[in-house]
Amino acid sequence: MFSAALKKGSVELLLLSLLQDEPRHGYEIGKMIEERSGGRLRFRISSIYPILCRMEGRGWIEGRWVEKPGERRRRFYRLTAKGEEALAAQRRTWHEFTRAVNLVVEPSHA
Amino acid sequence: MRDWKRYVREHLPLPDIEGSLEVEVVEEIAIQLEDGYRAARARGAGEEEAEAEALALIGDWSTLARDVQGSKRFARAPRIEHRVEDREFAIRTRGGSWVPVADMLRDLRLAVRRLRRAPAFGAVVVLTLGMGIGANTAIFSLVKGILLDPLPYEEPERLVAVLNTAPGVGEEVLPQSAAVHFTYEDESRLLEAVGLYNRFDVTVLGLDEPVRIPSIYVTAGTLPTLRARPLLGRLFSAEDATPGTPFTVILSYGYWQNQFGGDPEILGRTMSIGGEAREIIGVLPRGFRFLEHDPAVYLPFRFDRSSLTVSNFTNPSVARLREGATLEAATADLARLMPVAVEKFPGGVTLAFLEEARGAPLLLPLKETIVGDVGDVLWVLLGTVGIVLLIACANVANLFLVRAEARERELAVRRAMGAKRRQVAGQFLVESVLLGLLGGVVGLGLAHAGLRLLVAIAPANLPRLDEVSLDPVVLIFTLCISIISGVLFGLFPVLRWGHADLVNALKEGGRGSGAGRERHRTRNALVVGQITLALVLLIGSSLMVRSFQAIRRANPGFRNPAEIMILGVSVTSEVAESPDAIVQTHEAIAHRLAEVPGVTSVGSSSSVTMDGRAGWDPIFVEDSPLPEGQLPPTRRFKWIGAGYFETMGNPIVAGRTLGWTDIYNRARVVLVTENFAREYWSDPAEAIGERIGTGMAPGNWREIIGVVGDVRDDGVTQDPVAIVYWPMLLEDFWPEIRGDEPFVALTQFYAIRSPRVGTAGFLREVKEAVWSFLPNRPLTNVQNLEDMLRGSMARTSFTLVMLGIAAAVALLLATVGVYGVISYVVSQRTREIGVRIALGAGSSTVTGMVVRQGLFLAVIGVALGLAAAYGLSRLMTSLLFGVSALDPLTYAMVAVCLTAIALLASYLPARRAARVDPMEALRAE
Repeated sequence: MFSAALKKGSVELLLLSLLQDEPRHGYEIGKMIEERSGGRLRFRISSIYPILCRMEGRGWIEGRWVEKPGERRRRFYRLTAKGEEALAAQRRTWHEFTRAVNLVVEPSHA
Repeated sequence: MRDWKRYVREHLPLPDIEGSLEVEVVEEIAIQLEDGYRAARARGAGEEEAEAEALALIGDWSTLARDVQGSKRFARAPRIEHRVEDREFAIRTRGGSWVPVADMLRDLRLAVRRLRRAPAFGAVVVLTLGMGIGANTAIFSLVKGILLDPLPYEEPERLVAVLNTAPGVGEEVLPQSAAVHFTYEDESRLLEAVGLYNRFDVTVLGLDEPVRIPSIYVTAGTLPTLRARPLLGRLFSAEDATPGTPFTVILSYGYWQNQFGGDPEILGRTMSIGGEAREIIGVLPRGFRFLEHDPAVYLPFRFDRSSLTVSNFTNPSVARLREGATLEAATADLARLMPVAVEKFPGGVTLAFLEEARGAPLLLPLKETIVGDVGDVLWVLLGTVGIVLLIACANVANLFLVRAEARERELAVRRAMGAKRRQVAGQFLVESVLLGLLGGVVGLGLAHAGLRLLVAIAPANLPRLDEVSLDPVVLIFTLCISIISGVLFGLFPVLRWGHADLVNALKEGGRGSGAGRERHRTRNALVVGQITLALVLLIGSSLMVRSFQAIRRANPGFRNPAEIMILGVSVTSEVAESPDAIVQTHEAIAHRLAEVPGVTSVGSSSSVTMDGRAGWDPIFVEDSPLPEGQLPPTRRFKWIGAGYFETMGNPIVAGRTLGWTDIYNRARVVLVTENFAREYWSDPAEAIGERIGTGMAPGNWREIIGVVGDVRDDGVTQDPVAIVYWPMLLEDFWPEIRGDEPFVALTQFYAIRSPRVGTAGFLREVKEAVWSFLPNRPLTNVQNLEDMLRGSMARTSFTLVMLGIAAAVALLLATVGVYGVISYVVSQRTREIGVRIALGAGSSTVTGMVVRQGLFLAVIGVALGLAAAYGLSRLMTSLLFGVSALDPLTYAMVAVCLTAIALLASYLPARRAARVDPMEALRAE
């Protein structure tokens, strides 16, 4: 429903936002994006997973294997302090960007 | 349900991610697919439908693989590389003169990345260089610690050894006489301080059993000469050194710690040394060593000045020159004082004798006398390991050239795109210097380990070994040779590609078959250089092997040293009063020792071979009168009991041996060594019955009753010394000094021959045999003659081992070098060889063609090497024994062997060439 380019630019922000509340694993993250967007946003594993890897490489998030009773072990990711900073910065940029875009695309009321 | 892990592994290629991480990635993706599958099934989807839905979560597997591998999480050393990249960018934006710095950082980053992609190449280079650099670091730290560093005393350049020389009586170097010393101390104008010293073992009583400890006897001026300052208490005063005053002692720091637990209240306590209660008056600071000695205690000499004469030149002396005084001026000053000493202390050497003997003071820089000739060995070793490093660099340069060739096209394109020569060169040099530095790090580790090994195998008489360490100067040395090595081998590709024919390189399409001659010239030169250097080292080590063989063949003046044990016993006046009683005690000990089970023979002497305890004096020969007033050369003296020659295994060449009866009868007889006999008489047998004597003038004759075989008394690597053997009890011996008192050698060293020597039980039984006679008598110099022999060969065997290792490494590297080059040539000429074989060339023709090329390089290298060895091996003349530095046999054998090895190294690739399948070779193009 949205173009790939549009989606790609926002993945990092989406993932960071979801991990802000609590640690989550990969499949869960994909499902939550789908649910919270009311099905409008859908990402494949092949889109999310490399970004997780990349953000972990930068030290924004931290992955840990967790085994819950009766389930297979999964890798849970949580936000690091550095990730919090990155999230705040990205949010700011996003808001400024959308406001700027809105200012341009919405009919002028002046 | 599907095995998702297996499915993922089959579809997700992750070659760049290392094992355990790859397993995690596979597991993590598999669990997500499984979650998707389960969710679909939970919604009621069928198996196939659910699987399809799960797989839809992936989309494109290869994109996923690429993205995962590209993420920083799996980069092997991501942080540093990215940080360097950021820094490089920041520096570059500063512009101007910063750009080259940024370039260098970029080159460094790229070099690291390239090496990470070729770990085997990197490892080989770093290890090769590491060995070379490590060897150089280790040997340099020896050279520095032993030869270059100043002595560890204040203003050490003003310290001198005070010796005498008397060429008129054949004595080049003599220690000091107390009488002369006191004259210097009182009257010299250019000595700030001067002291006598000597090393003796002393017995400490009052402990569980008597203990022998090393001590240094000093005069009051000795320790101040070295500017020693006591940690506790004081140094010796002139009073301490005067007879009749209370006995005193100063402790070394180590002995104070070990024996007294570092008791701070130690001053004023007494300890019993040599039967005298001595007050402890001082402790020397930690780390203070007395020249090459590390004694437990220091004791004052107590000379009675009124009875001294200018004689008895036995104690070493050390002095400190006054500020600004030169060695020459000080020598002249002391020369003025020698006659003064003769007048002040009459009764010894006369002015006439002094003139006749051309007696004069001899001042030498103290360091020179401590270090001695060990410099010869160390400089040769440093040169040797330097050559090994050069060979290693040549090998690495060859590897580098091959790698650079693979990048020829890339480099040509870069040059064509406008990269400056400097930039291309920078790339090579940054990479090579990086490798050099890594090699340096490995080298330091190897040097650290190697030094421990070196210290363990180094001859015990290598001085100042405890001062050797990897200190900052050595580290700087290592850094420098690492960088120089890096530049050295990095320069070859730079020279080759700095001005390469780029157009050709591009035209050839990287096939690189045509530029043959010019390309191989560098490589061939490197191999020739390697062979040349290896030949020099092989000749050096072969000469050492031949020396070693010659030493083993040389007759040292004894047989089967492994069966001989040495042990010293002093019989002093508190045990036996009269001279005869002393001899009887020694005879009784000899008999008791002979009764120990397994002992085949026992003999004794005041000095055994190689122990350096012998005395010396002039020997007149009745048969060969000298002009009035002229003195004959001095000869080495030993005073023996019965059975000494028989036990040592030294043959009686003529006449007879000495028996106990001769000794008790105070018979006027002597024995001499064969070389002495031959000096005066053509045949040793003619010496029997002739008479010789010692003293200030001819006379006091004694009859030669026997001539014994020559003895290498200064060690097996030294020429035999002429020795005169006297009975251990003598009447009328040096009446000029002794008057009527008979002479008796109180201390005898027993040689005990038995196949049981070396077993612990034997040593105990031998000691008990002595103690059953003289309870608690300390035994000195208990050792095996074999060990003494080994000690005297230590320097030669040490040099042999070191040169041998260096030569082996050199040979290995050179062989690899030849093999590598010939292999490379073969691989480059595969097509040409294929054509030749297709045109009918037999396999022997092809093999011969390739081998000839190797042979050509080998012959040039060997020829150059022979010339270089001819020039260089003379430097090691002083290390050789019984073989000339230009020994033709050694040169010929080494040349033939090295050529043969080079032939073999080229034969292997040649055989491969002969097996080239022409069809394959042509098709490959």
